[in-house]
Amino acid sequence: MLTPTLPETKPIKLSVRNMAFSYGTKKVLDGLSMDIHAERVTAIIGPSGCGKSTFLKCFNRIHEVSSTVNVSGDMLIDGVDIYRGGIDEVDLRRRVGMVFQKPNPFPKSIYENVAFGPRLFGVTDRSSLDGIVEDALRKAALWDEVKDRLKESATGMSGGQQQRLCIARALAVNPEVLLMDEPCSALDPIATAKIEDLITDLKENLTIVIVTHNMQQAARVSDYTAFFWLGRLVEMDLTERIFTTPRVQMTEDYITGRFG
Amino acid sequence: MRLFDTELKALREGIMAMAGVAEEMIELTIQALAEPSPAKAEQVNLLDRRMDEWELRLDQQCIDLLALHAPAASDLRRIASSLKIIPELERIGDHCCNIARRVAMVHPPILAGNDLEQLGTETRGMVRRAVDAFVGNDAALAHAVILSDDSVDALYGKIYRDLLRIMLADPLCIERASHLILVIKNWERIADEATNIAEEVLFILEGHSAKHTYLHGDSVE
Repeated sequence: MLTPTLPETKPIKLSVRNMAFSYGTKKVLDGLSMDIHAERVTAIIGPSGCGKSTFLKCFNRIHEVSSTVNVSGDMLIDGVDIYRGGIDEVDLRRRVGMVFQKPNPFPKSIYENVAFGPRLFGVTDRSSLDGIVEDALRKAALWDEVKDRLKESATGMSGGQQQRLCIARALAVNPEVLLMDEPCSALDPIATAKIEDLITDLKENLTIVIVTHNMQQAARVSDYTAFFWLGRLVEMDLTERIFTTPRVQMTEDYITGRFG
Repeated sequence: MRLFDTELKALREGIMAMAGVAEEMIELTIQALAEPSPAKAEQVNLLDRRMDEWELRLDQQCIDLLALHAPAASDLRRIASSLKIIPELERIGDHCCNIARRVAMVHPPILAGNDLEQLGTETRGMVRRAVDAFVGNDAALAHAVILSDDSVDALYGKIYRDLLRIMLADPLCIERASHLILVIKNWERIADEATNIAEEVLFILEGHSAKHTYLHGDSVE
């Protein structure tokens, strides 16, 4: 496993050491170690089935909702173990938000989608909620498009708008980390460009980890790129280095389309 | 073979063909200068049109590969460097033309010995080896080309000083010597272009710039 060698000024937000993950007897991830820096975008690339999305889900323990899993090794957020550090999983999911491949707004109004999280965490008064909703929609670059129709159903929005609404919904609870699992795979190039611009804006205050099959997207939006293969980290480095002079032949073969 | 690999191969073969024309121009220039042969000088001029055609065609191939295939890693380096190697080859053609058009103006010879021929043949050797390094993905050969530039520079300096002495001694030689200074300057520039090509070959193969090594503390040796 190769990790970046250049100096980094941002602190480590997420740290993984010798981490392994299995569903029952099936080992999906093994021997993973990496550091993810705050206010940076880290892209995870690799062929289908290499464990990218599973790895992403481990950061907010969302896989525990549906499966019996075993996670070993260390996964730390701000130095505290996500699995054994006594962190409440609901609070963890507030701190570590997630956006999925397919936009999945609730069948509610635009306003209610964004207000859902804050309400869950006890914000009840209307003016506070109004402020949070506007702020989150502005951060998600959606406010100007929806400010006059907040009461309309979110399901009537375009796919790109729905995805930005999902980002706004995640931002409404003030997360520290945003996990994005192929957030643009269902979007057209214009909607994709808006999400990519948004990612660049959001990293000023957030740690972003994005899984993508789109090499050019990884190259465009991320500061670091990690290449996974068969549940292992092959190489992680500054994105410009991965895409110009990767150190491992397997990485080179993957990003040049000769393997995977 | 993937379409991309086929197109990359076509680019590589195009650069080899263009380099072949450059070597032919250098050979004709050496002969035109030594004999002297206005006919060969004219052939050099005619070949320059082919170099220009190659430049346009290969530039477009590079742009197409970048736009349509979004290459990465060594593919990206090869295409980016090709975009620099192509104009180096084209300039080699221009320098040959600059020398060839002076063939009639530097005769009868005023330089003793065979330094002028040696400058031409050493330069030709550098270009040939730089092209061989590109074709054969040969980093050691590219390093050797870069090192041999010093020898051409030294020979250029020696001839330049000889020409100054000749001009001071005999004002009737000033016109021929002036043209010869331009001739040797063009040879020296061709050797620089061979060096630049070798540096691009190293960038393709090793992934870091071999240029201006004093800025990154490396040595090309």
